[in-house]
Amino acid sequence: MNRSFAAEILDILAQDSRTSAAIIAQMLNSTEEAVLAEIARMEKENILLRYTTIVNEELTEDKETIHALIEVKVTPQYLQGYDAIADMISRYPEVRACYLMSGAYDFMVLVDGPTLRDVSRFVTEKLSVLNGVTSTGTHFVLKKYKDNHVVMPKGSDDRRQVITP
Amino acid sequence: MNYDRILNPAVTSMPPSGIRKFFDIAAEMEDCISLGVGEPDFVTPWDIREAAIKSLKDGMTCYTGNAGLPELRDLICRYYKERFGVFYTRAECLVTVGASEAIDLAMRALVSPGDEVLIPAPSYVSYMPCVTLAGGVPVAVPTTSANGFKMTAEAVKPLITPRTKAIILTYPNNPTGGIMTREDLLALSKAFEGTDIIVVTDEIYAELTYSGTHASFGALPGMWDRTVTISGFSKAFAMTGWRLGYALAPEPILDQMLKIHQFTMLCAPIMAQYAGIEALKNGFDTNFEEVRKMRREYNRRRNYLVRQFNSMGLTCFEPFGAFYVFPCIRSTGLTSEEFCNELLYGKRVAVVPGGAFGDTGEGFIRCSYAYSMDHLIEACRRISEFIAERHAKSEDYVHVI
Ligand SMILES: Cc1ncc(COP(=O)(O)O)c(C=O)c1O
Repeated sequence: MNRSFAAEILDILAQDSRTSAAIIAQMLNSTEEAVLAEIARMEKENILLRYTTIVNEELTEDKETIHALIEVKVTPQYLQGYDAIADMISRYPEVRACYLMSGAYDFMVLVDGPTLRDVSRFVTEKLSVLNGVTSTGTHFVLKKYKDNHVVMPKGSDDRRQVITP
Repeated sequence: MNYDRILNPAVTSMPPSGIRKFFDIAAEMEDCISLGVGEPDFVTPWDIREAAIKSLKDGMTCYTGNAGLPELRDLICRYYKERFGVFYTRAECLVTVGASEAIDLAMRALVSPGDEVLIPAPSYVSYMPCVTLAGGVPVAVPTTSANGFKMTAEAVKPLITPRTKAIILTYPNNPTGGIMTREDLLALSKAFEGTDIIVVTDEIYAELTYSGTHASFGALPGMWDRTVTISGFSKAFAMTGWRLGYALAPEPILDQMLKIHQFTMLCAPIMAQYAGIEALKNGFDTNFEEVRKMRREYNRRRNYLVRQFNSMGLTCFEPFGAFYVFPCIRSTGLTSEEFCNELLYGKRVAVVPGGAFGDTGEGFIRCSYAYSMDHLIEACRRISEFIAERHAKSEDYVHVI
């Protein structure tokens, strides 16, 4: 195997972050101690930041969260380029993700909120009035078909016969 | 009507596949977990499926030439040259309906009534019936876990007679997962010196080799002339349902196989052939990244399963190919059929008895790891429970005595 031990572990955790160190060790022909040590190292060095979930929100009992993708154009600032503005945007708890983009606009900002109005207010009252922001374009997510490699809704998709030669 | 008198005794005397029986029971059972499948759990990659859809949209619904689309045959030749170092030209390549058809064609083209064909045991279930239906006599070459279920010159030589027409090589092996390295093949090839024995090598699992790269028999010095290479798209590209395989052989042999194919099959399905073109083209463009990803996944599950069985006390030699492990269950005191039955009824786990792959498979079970990790973990939990309960029972028994 020409991939690093760390890359193999990250790959397994990306598919199921609850895979235990004992199982990972067996999958990689290693020991539980070695896997735990490598995971601890990656956590310490801020490589592994958090273990999270993928939820089919259409099936949850609580009210759905509203998601929006917002295109943001900015004027880069003297000496600091994009970093200072990106930092300001990222600090809002409503912002789930913030990416610097190539192409027609500068940032793609993913915003979550309980209602359409909350998200709209965030954009008009907080985001678009930030120093340096010149324009925004808001796109609301209507339906999620696939998230993080998982096609929704996920049912059993094993169509094979029970036993084949 | 007395059908027994009418039907061909060569067929009526042929036992049905030993896999069938378990299938019928397991398929009906609720909450049954199967490790019995001999095909990938991956769905055919999307770009390949899309190429077939496009061929349908473009109205590609006709026959192709008997030997298959020239573009596909050229790509297959390039694939075998670049991946495994064996050289074939378009005229030496025949596209078939799965490797299954290619095996049948090779036997029918080579075997005259009474000819003997050497077959490793245990091995895939089709070889013996194909030899028998061609009028030949299958001769089992026993292989053992002690040497990784490889065929050796020592085992083969005493079985060679003036009637030995061909030998079937099938590595990586179904059901054992055994492989043969180039050195192993070189040593074996000494047994054929001074004979006209044809080597039919079924390399359908070649891409699923987990230590080094697959060694192809036709690449050995001086062996090309006596080699018929068979493979297909089923396992490497997760395309079992498409029914697409191929045979590569010197023209004098291939031309005869082509004749049988021409009259019995006409050609392989055209949409499958277009899908195959995409699989190889995309493979060359991406250095077979999709295949590598699948292999990486399989390898992790393989590591997991081998460790699990060994820790349960079902000793398991390390299989370096295909997607099967073949643990020995003799320590339980059960035959492989009893083991499979009790496991199925007791814990609702379906595995395949080694005996289904020939007598030398007795004492083993075939477990496939073409399943998700969650599935494998649950299956192992149930199997180890089963083993633990059996141990507990046999200890009670000792106390009673
Ligand atoms: C060793 C071996 N050869 C051939 C085949 C059949 O392959 P295909 O789907 O190409 O007919 C299988 C299928 O399980 C196999 O295990």
